[in-house]
This record gives sequence, C-alpha cells and structure tokens, in this order.
Amino acid sequence: MARIDCNHIRHAYGPHPKSDKDFALKEVHHAFEDGGAYALLGPSGCGKTTLLNIISGLLYPSHGELLFDGKDVTNLSTQERNIAQVFQFPVIYDTMTVYDNLAFPLRNRGVPEPDVDRKVRETLEMTGLADMAKKKARGLTADQKQKISLGRGLVRSDVNAILFDEPLTVIDPHMKWVLRSQLKQLHRRFGFTMVYVTHDQTEALTFAENVVVMYEGEIVQIGSPAELFERPKHTFVGYFIGSPGMNVMPVEVEGRSARLGSQTIELPGVPKAGTAGAIELGIRPEYVRLGASGMPVSIRKVEDIGRHKVVRASFEGRDIAAIVGEDEDIPADPRIAFDPAGINLYADSWRVEMGG
Amino acid sequence: MDRTWNNKAWFMVLPVLLLVAFSAVIPLMTVVNYSVQDTFGNNVFFWAGSEWFEEILHSDRFWEAMGRNLVFSAVILVIEIPLGIFIALNMPKKGWGVPVCLVLMALPLLIPWNVVGTIWQVFGRVDIGLLGYSLRSLGFDYNYVNDPFDAWVTVIVMDVWHWTSLVVLLCYAGLVSIPDAYYQAAKIDGASRWAIFRYIQLPKMNRVLLIAVLLRFMDSFMIYTEPFVVTGGGPGNTTTFLSIDLVKLAIGEFNLGEAAAMSIVYFLIIMLLSWVFYTVMTAYDAER
Amino acid sequence: MLELRNVTKTVGAAEHIRDVSLTLQHGSLNVLLGPTLSGKTSLMRLMAGLDVPTSGSVWFDGKDVTGVPVQKRNVAMVYQQFINYPAMTVYENIASPLRVAGVEQAKVDREVRNAAALLKLTPFLDRTPLSLSGGQQQRTALARAIVKNASLVLLDEPLANLDYKLREELRAELPRIFAATGTIFVYATTEPHEALLLGGNTATLSEGRITQFGPTIEVFRRPNDLVTAKTFADPPLNTIVLKKSGSSFLLDGGVSLPVPAELAGIADTSYTIGFQPHHLSFTRPSPSAVPVRAKVSVTEITGSESFVHLDFADVRWVMLEHGILAFEPDQTIEVFIDPRHIMVFDANGRSAAPPQTLAA
Repeated sequence: MARIDCNHIRHAYGPHPKSDKDFALKEVHHAFEDGGAYALLGPSGCGKTTLLNIISGLLYPSHGELLFDGKDVTNLSTQERNIAQVFQFPVIYDTMTVYDNLAFPLRNRGVPEPDVDRKVRETLEMTGLADMAKKKARGLTADQKQKISLGRGLVRSDVNAILFDEPLTVIDPHMKWVLRSQLKQLHRRFGFTMVYVTHDQTEALTFAENVVVMYEGEIVQIGSPAELFERPKHTFVGYFIGSPGMNVMPVEVEGRSARLGSQTIELPGVPKAGTAGAIELGIRPEYVRLGASGMPVSIRKVEDIGRHKVVRASFEGRDIAAIVGEDEDIPADPRIAFDPAGINLYADSWRVEMGG
Repeated sequence: MDRTWNNKAWFMVLPVLLLVAFSAVIPLMTVVNYSVQDTFGNNVFFWAGSEWFEEILHSDRFWEAMGRNLVFSAVILVIEIPLGIFIALNMPKKGWGVPVCLVLMALPLLIPWNVVGTIWQVFGRVDIGLLGYSLRSLGFDYNYVNDPFDAWVTVIVMDVWHWTSLVVLLCYAGLVSIPDAYYQAAKIDGASRWAIFRYIQLPKMNRVLLIAVLLRFMDSFMIYTEPFVVTGGGPGNTTTFLSIDLVKLAIGEFNLGEAAAMSIVYFLIIMLLSWVFYTVMTAYDAER
Repeated sequence: MLELRNVTKTVGAAEHIRDVSLTLQHGSLNVLLGPTLSGKTSLMRLMAGLDVPTSGSVWFDGKDVTGVPVQKRNVAMVYQQFINYPAMTVYENIASPLRVAGVEQAKVDREVRNAAALLKLTPFLDRTPLSLSGGQQQRTALARAIVKNASLVLLDEPLANLDYKLREELRAELPRIFAATGTIFVYATTEPHEALLLGGNTATLSEGRITQFGPTIEVFRRPNDLVTAKTFADPPLNTIVLKKSGSSFLLDGGVSLPVPAELAGIADTSYTIGFQPHHLSFTRPSPSAVPVRAKVSVTEITGSESFVHLDFADVRWVMLEHGILAFEPDQTIEVFIDPRHIMVFDANGRSAAPPQTLAA
C-alpha cells in the first residue's frame, strides 16, 4: 500500500485547452495517505472519474504529476503502477471459475502455483467466496461478481491502492448494506489505501474517513463526514450532502444577528470576515426545530418516510425543510426555531467563520 | 386458451406461406418426384423407386466429388475463420479508420459471384493476367488450367479473398460490443495480449463466430459459380464439386432422375453437417 | 381502473409472475417495490399489453383487455435508460405522441408548453436531448409520457440512472406532477426509501408474487408478513427468533421481551421478531425498552446519522441513531429494543397481529 500524491494535476480532454472551462479537472493538489479510506463525491461531470482514471493510469494528466510513495509514476502504465480497480459494472472473466478469476492476476505475473493457491484461498476467505470457488463466474449474482472484481485486487500483495468506480450501482439496496460493511471491515483489518468514487452521499460518507467533495473540476472541501455535515465550507457542499440538503437563505447581517424579511435570527457569533457581498445563512433541516414557539411558517407538505418526517414549509416567502421525529406531532400553529449549533454563514457561497 | 384475438394473425402470414409454398416447397416436391421416377423428358414417367439413390450412393464419381467438397470446406474454414478473427482484432476501434476499413471489407461482398469468378479467371491467366504472369515471371510454374494443385490454390485464394470479409465484419461487430472496462480490468490484472484474446475477446465473440462458421460452411459446401467460371471443374475432374457435378448430370447428361436423387442427398448432407456444427458449438457454449 | 385478475406468466419453466390480483384506481400512484428479478418489469409488461398472461385476465374500466396489444391501449412508458429521439428537439420529442395522434397544431403547442412548464423544461425546448444533462433527458421522457394523456403511465426505475441529488429533486416533484393528471401511475423501484418518498400505494413484490398492497406508509408500518417487512426495510430489517412463554418472548441468552397487549392471546411457540433499525437505540427510548448486549462490527457515520452494525447471538443487526456514535469494533455495547415497535411473525412468516383492513 502506498501514499498517493497528486501534485497540481490538471486535465483537459481536448488538445489545446485555453480557458479554465476547457479543463475537466481544474487543479487538484492533494495527498491520499497510506492506508486511508477516501471517497471522491460529486455530481456527474465534476471530474471525479477523471481523477480516478489519472490515478489508475487509464488517463495521463495534461499537467502535474502523480507520486506513489514519493516516486513519480505519472508516465507509468496501469500495469506498472500496481493498482486494483473495481468498476461500475462487474468485470469478470466469465469462462473461468471464481478461483481462476482470482488467480488470473497472479498467474499473469508468473507467480509460482503454490503461492497462487495460498493467496487465492486467503482471498476467497476474505471476500466470503470460498464456497463458490469452483463455480463458473458467469452464473453468479451482481454482488458476487463485484466481490470477484474486488478479490482480483486483494489477491495481489503488491497492490498500491484499490480504486472503486461507483461499485454499488447495480447492486440491490439490501446487498449494498452487506457489501459496504464488508468493505469497511476489510479496510480495517488490512489497511488498504482505498479511493472510492461515487455520486451517492450515503455511500461516500459511510465508506470513507475522508470525503473529497468535487464540483466543476475542483475540490471544494475535504473532511470527515461530521465536518461536511456540520460545517460545509461551500453552499454546494451543504446542498449536496444531506437529504434534503441544507436550507440556504439570503440575509442581512448586523453584528450578532441576521435579518430575513421581518424576522431576526440570533447568530452563534459575530462573523470574523467582512460581510459585504451576498450573505446567506445556511441551516440543515435537522437543526430546524418545529414547535409551538419561534418564527411562524406555513406548512406545504409533510413527507412521512418512516423513520422521520420531512416537513416542507414556507418561511418568509421561501421554501424551508425541517426534519421531525417519527412520533412527533405537527403543531396546528407551526413555528420554527434554528438551533444555533447548526447555523452557518456564507459570503459569496463560501463559509465565514464566526467568533465571540 | 379459448380466445379468438390472435386467429386473425394467421391470415396475415398466409401470403408468406403461399410464397414459400411456390418458391420452395413445390420445387422441392418436384425434385422428390423426379428422384423416384425415370423420364426422358417427354412427360412419360416410369416408377424407379430407390434405384437412383442406390446408384448415387454406389457411384465413385459422387463420393469423389463429395470428398472434394469436404476438403474444400475444411480448408476454407481453417483459413478464413482465424484470418477473419486476426483482421478484426487489428482493425481500428475508433476514428476515421473505422469507416475506411469497413468499406474496404465490404467491397468483395458487394461483387456478384460470377464477376468474382471472371475477375480471377483473368487475373490468374498466364498470358494476360497480372497474377499468373507475375508468378510465371518469378519462375513459378503456375497454370491453373493444367495443374490441379494450381487450380485448387486459385479457387481457394479466390474464396478467401471473397468471403473472409464476412467473417471479419461479424467478428468486428462482436469485438466492438465489449465494454471498455473489460480491457481496463485486464490491463490492471496484467493480462498479456494472448490472455485478453483468450479470456475476454474470444468468449465475447463466440456467438458471432458460430454464425460465421455456419454461414461459411454452408456456403463453401455449396460452392458453384466461381470454380465453374474459372476452371469449369477441371483440369480433369479435380475441381468438380458436387454442385458442378449435379449440373453436369442434369443439364449436360439430362439425367434428371439421378440428378434429383443427388440433389436430395446433397441437401440432406448440408442439413446434417450444419446441425452437427450448431449442436457442437451451442453445447460447448452452454457447458461453459 | 386497471384490474389484474389471477394473472400468471410463465416463460419456459420459469414462473415470472405468480397469481397476481391487483386493482389500481384512476388518479392513483402505485409503487411496485421489490429487488431485481422480483417481477416488477414482468408485471409492467403485462399491464401494458407488451406480454400476454399465461393465465388470468387484465381488465380496464370494466372491459377485458387481455391480449389487446399495447398499440391499442393508450399506455405510456418511461424506462431506466433515457429514451428520446436524438435528432429531434425537446419540443418535438414532447410533441411526438400528439403528432402521431394527429392533434391540431394549436393544441399541440399548448399541451407541449404545459408539460414543459410542469417538468421545468421550458428553457430547453429548442435543444436536442443529447445536449442536456441526464436529469433533463429523463424529464423530457417524462413530459412525453404525460403529454400523451395515456390512461396508464408505467415508470420502470426511471431515476435509477440519475445522480443521487437529481434523483432526490425529481422524486420530490413527481407526486405533484402525477397529481396534476388523472392517470394511473405505476412506478417500479428497488428502493424502499423511494417508495416512502413517493407515497401513494405500494405493492411489495417477492419472487413474482405480490406480498402486500396498500397505502405506502401502512404497508411500511404494518406488513402482513416477514417477506414484506424485509422487502420494505432499508437498512435491512433486524430479526431474531424468540420463544413465547406466557407474557414474554424469551431467548436463552437472557433476553425477555414483553408480549404486546394485543398479541396476548397467541400460542406459546417460536416467533420471528422484526424491528426497524431506527427502533434499536443506544439510549433508552421508553421505560419499557429492553436492554440487550451486542458486539459492534462496523460503524458507518453519515454526519447526521450513524449506522452501527451489531452482532447479537447469531444474527446481524443494524442500529440507526441520530448524531455521531463512534464505537471501537468488537466492543460490546448495550442497546435497547422498544417493544412498542416490534413486529411479530409466526413460523410461516405471517404477521401474528390481527389483520389490518386496508383500503386499497
């Protein structure tokens, strides 16, 4: 396993990029620590797959360099980089048995057969595929096939990193839970460096210790799930993470208070930076308290999704979402209050620190 | 089921049934009719029973032609299938090269059979043909009119030139349908060129290959026009295939009964061999 | 009203649909919920008339339409793949079913603009589908289905190929779009979460059978059997087999759950107890909650919630808690089961609770 450094990597698909918008990847300068579990999270077209393919060597960056454990691998081929990758759709060699599928990468590298056998058996155990070792791979279910793809990476002891490109896309919801927790266990036991690309926040947040949120070819925030949830650095992160996303509303700030229409909202502190430009207040639905006291709202719709309810309301002429517990009732004269712990302030979409 | 809704559907296919009846079934029955009778063409028929069939099956001439057919088909398959796969593998997968290659490949398929024959007949002539003359000039004793081996080589090369494209196009269709992720995974797994072919490309191509083998087998087993035009079945009888012999028998010798019996035997053999190919290949497919 | 009466579909030796009876009302949204290969698509094909049932019949507004081909049925379908005419503009794509029906130009224009407004496509009417994002492409396909004014609109996992966030946005709009028409909507999905967000009615499918049909939240809260409960749970349903003895459900390990009052009369035997992950909690939710000790396997944290995977006896449970709960793997913790929220199933997997009378 290795540490991966992306040094000022930029990539354009066209031959002569001129302006910033010709770059699928504007500039990524980031280190993936040895043994870390990372997720690259973002909407389609944000450059996350481009970055993954640059790491795996399926794509060569137009600018910048890539280091594995300090060694420049920018111009090395995929084979020479010793990485493993699990793709969106299961890639298996369907004429081979499960066993032979796992043995394939080792045999290709001329590993002696007794070692192949030992490693394959270990990997079969690790991935829970032991009882189907002798089966033809083509007859298996999608989740078993994905385990084979993963196993082909795990079987090699020299692997620098395991890369995942939306690996749970074709997996049924129930199996997603099982595979995800197995993946996490594997990571904990063996300490692989893992990079996981997805557009699905649940997958990203549950899988990774560090989530890299990407937007329009750039990294907008890197942080733990808790940081991304509680302190989104950019309104995009607030919107993209969380379901429903963060409520963002334009306000005017004066000292410790923010004015929104006829309402005044107490802030947890005084903004440290200047509050010129477009100022917005962000609060997640989880921190909007619905009750009998506070600011008046009119409820438009209540979505009962089982474990909690999502209340869609109109507040000072804007849409606002609040989350209410399963057994809580919706008051007749609904009012809302903002939990100060959940209030964030944004100037031109970037978060402003508050103090005092 | 007691529903009436789909009965109308049968009326829809009636025209096709009639067409098939006139174009296939009735001629076939005529052939069967001829095969069990003797006639001199004046509409007087004598019952012959299985006589013609016995004569066919005991005739050396038939078995020799049959042997030539089998050897010819075998040679054609052995050359065209691997060659077709090889060319398909080396064709570009994207860019401007794709349409260029496809058009080049399709060209021989667009030329009528007898024209192909004529082209090669001239091409191979030692006096004015480019191929024949060049070979002669290089010191080869090439003459497809006199030398049986040269005649065979000419007919085979001609068929390869004419039909390998079909195999190429079928294989190419199979190849381009393989998702990129397979090649990427293979790279990551460190697979050699051969391993990629053996474990990804070949398995993904096997359905189209089945079609290619069947088509090429049936077609080569029924070869007629090209050798007829180029060699006329000669020198001697060395390129007289079943089809050529059949025509000789029917038109040349006006032996309608025997020719009819022979065409039925011929037809049955093609059916049987195609069925064997199909079963063997699908069984192999299913087992994997 | 679309009615399936004892519909069965077999293909070769495989039974794709087994004895399904279902009645769908005009103006209703009906979710077909089940894993891959549970028969959702097969059932939709039967409803559309793309397939003919092996036995049983399909009725529409009191008329037997079994075997009437799809062309004659006024049905619209939206698929997982974004299917549009690539060479036509979005406007022409939406207009296409009206053009086929020979509707006059003024009306076409009005209907297309209405549908485009409903699906927020007005700015893109002059573009071609391939220049749009996936979400906009699927909106175009939806608009085309809606403008057709079909009596039955079938949506086969229409959001599956979209990004999570786009899915969320479109999902929130769909009920409103559906409510604006009087059509029967059928929506297939593999995700319980999606069914809950869409609301309406839900039919849970398992191995070609409809296990339950009713208002979505009712089916979620009060499943008739274990299969339905499992189908309709994400994270997966927590289960454990316990023996009833008098007023308690017991496990040898020492767990004792009080039998809910309404189930006091059921026989003393083994039952499968099921409860949703959010009904397993780290803090005591009520005085009657029962503590059990379980071993942590993995903790997944999303920032707002934590999913703690636990091993208890020989079963794997998931606990869903708000906030961040970080545990060391293999740590043993005390968690609480709330007896007010347990579901009890007998040996055949049927709910032991008195059957609910559901207005379908």
